[in-house]
Amino acid sequence: MTRQLMLVTLAAMAAATPAISEIAPTAVAYTEGKISESLTGTPGDPVAGVKVMTTNALGNCVACHVIGALPDVPFQGNIGPALDGVASRYDEAQLRGIVANSKLTFEGTFMPAFYKTDGFVRPGNAYTGKAPESELTPILTAQQIEDVVAYLVTLKE
Amino acid sequence: MQKQMIKTLAASAAFGLALTGMAMSTPVDDKLVIEGEEGTIELVTSTKAPEHLQEVMDTIYSGWHYREDDTRSMQMDDFDNPAMVFVDRGRDLWNAAIGKNGESCAGCHNGPESMKGLRAVTPRVDAKTGKLMTIENYVDACVTERMGLEAWGWTGDKMKDTLALISMQSRGEIVNVAIDGPAAPFWEKGKEVYYTRYGQLEMSCASCHEENQGLFIRSDHLSQGQINGFPTYRLKDAGILSAQQRFVGCVRDTRAETFKPNSDEFKALELYVASRGNGLSVEGVSVRH
Ligand code: HEC
Ligand code: HEC
Ligand code: HEC
Repeated sequence: MTRQLMLVTLAAMAAATPAISEIAPTAVAYTEGKISESLTGTPGDPVAGVKVMTTNALGNCVACHVIGALPDVPFQGNIGPALDGVASRYDEAQLRGIVANSKLTFEGTFMPAFYKTDGFVRPGNAYTGKAPESELTPILTAQQIEDVVAYLVTLKE
Repeated sequence: MQKQMIKTLAASAAFGLALTGMAMSTPVDDKLVIEGEEGTIELVTSTKAPEHLQEVMDTIYSGWHYREDDTRSMQMDDFDNPAMVFVDRGRDLWNAAIGKNGESCAGCHNGPESMKGLRAVTPRVDAKTGKLMTIENYVDACVTERMGLEAWGWTGDKMKDTLALISMQSRGEIVNVAIDGPAAPFWEKGKEVYYTRYGQLEMSCASCHEENQGLFIRSDHLSQGQINGFPTYRLKDAGILSAQQRFVGCVRDTRAETFKPNSDEFKALELYVASRGNGLSVEGVSVRH
C-alpha cells in the first residue's frame, strides 16, 4: 500500500468512526504513568514518528538517545538509554505515557514531557527566550505522540 | 507499586547511563600551555572541587577540556586566538579620550595592568554600596558617572572589548570569588537559580552541567559550564561572548523565558557559577565553539 493510499484509507476510517475527539494535555488519564487509550483515535504513522524523533525543532529524541536502527541520523546523544529493543521492555501504554510525560514513570527525569502544558517555571515562547504570547501548546501534538509511539512499538529486540 | 516501578526503572536507566557514558564521558586529558608575548604560561584547567561542591563532584574542569583538538589548540597560542583582536580593540578604547571632557580610562587608571587580579575576584560585593558588582558594573559606573557618557550596552562591542582587555590582565590568576559575608545572600540566590528547572523542557543548569557533564547532547559535549574562560571567543558566533550572554542562550534552549544580562538573577548566578570554578585559572580570553 502506498503511503498516500494508506492515508486515504486512514482518513476514511477516521471519518467512519464517530468523532473521537483528541484528548487535551490536561485531560490525559495516566495510570501508573501509562496511557492505555490513543490520544487521537487515529493510528500513528511510524514514518512520521521517525521524522518527529530526529528533527531538532520537534521531538529531537536523538539529542539524548541512540537509535541504532537509524544509523543515518548523525550525532546521536548518549544521555538516556539506547531505544533499540524498547518495545520488548515496555508495552504500548507505557511507551505512550513515557513520551507524553516521562516524569510519571521516571521520577525527576531529565527527559522533557512532550505532552504537557502546565506546571512550568518561566516557560517561554518556544525557543525565542521571550515570554509566551498565548496559551502554551505541548511540544508535540497528540498525533505526533501517536506517530512516535507507532515507531517505538516496532523497536523489538 | 508505582514507587517500586520507578525505582527499578531508575536503577536500570542509571546502569544504561553508566554504560553509554563510559566510552567518552571523560574530559580530554591535556594541558593548557599558552604561547604568549610574555613567554609561555601553563593554566590550571582542572583541580579539586571547592569545598562547597565536594558533595556533588570531586574535580572541576574548565570547558577547554571538552572541546575538539583544533578548538583547544587555538587557545594555546595568542597568535592563533581570535579573541586577541578584541583585546587589542579594548586597548585602543582604553587609551582613547572618549569622555565628555576628554577623559580616558588610561587618564585615571594608567595602563590596563592596573586591573590585574580583578577578574579573579568578581563578581564581588562593593564594600561601600553593598551592591553586587560585575566587571561590567564597574565599567558602567566609570562610563556614565566619571566620563559623562551614555551607558554602553551590557553586551555591546565596547563593553565586551573592555571586558576582554580587563580579563586578560588576570590570565593565570586563580579564581577566588568570596561566597561568605556580604556575598552570602547573593550566592544563595545564584545557587537557587542554578538548581531551578526552568522552561517547558524543565531543565536546570545542573541538569546539563552537573548531572550529565561529559555526555553528549546531540553533537554537544557537555562541560561543567564553568566561566573561568569568559569572556570567550565563540567560533559559532564569530565574536566575543560574556558569561551572562552564554546564560541567556542556555536558558533559552530550555524553552524558557530568559533573564536579561545584568538582571539581579543573572548577576547572582554569575557569582554562583564563578564560585564553582574557584581554584581554576582565569583564562583571560578563551576559545570555544
Ligand atoms: C533531554 C534528554 C532526553 C530527550 C530529548 C528524550 N529523552 Fe527519553 N529518556 C531520557 C533519559 C535520561 C531517560 C532515562 C529515564 C530516567 O531518567 O531514569 C529516558 C528514557 C526514555 C525511554 C525509556 C527507555 C528505557 O529503555 O528505559 C523511552 C522509551 C524514551 N526515553 C523515549 C524518548 C522519546 C521517544 C523521545 C523524543 C520524543 C525522548 N525520549 C527524548 C532523556 C531524554
Ligand atoms: C575620572 C577618572 C576615571 C575614569 C575616566 C575612569 N575611571 Fe574607572 N575608576 C575610577 C575610580 C575613582 C575608581 C574607583 C572607584 C571606587 O573605588 O569606588 C574606578 C574603578 C574602576 C574599576 C574597578 C576597579 C577595581 O579594582 O575595583 C574598573 C573596572 C574601572 N574603573 C574601569 C574603567 C574603564 C574601563 C574606564 C574607561 C572606559 C574607566 N574606568 C574610566 C576613576 C575613573
Ligand atoms: C539543555 C542543556 C543545558 C542547560 C540546561 C544549560 N546549558 Fe549551559 N551549555 C550547554 C551546552 C550544550 C553548552 C556548550 C558545550 C558545553 O560547554 O557544555 C553549554 C555551555 C555553557 C557554558 C560555557 C562553558 C565554556 O567553558 O565554554 C556556560 C558557562 C554554561 N553553559 C552555563 C550554563 C548555566 C549557568 C545554565 C543554567 C542557567 C546552563 N548553562 C544551562 C547546555 C546546557
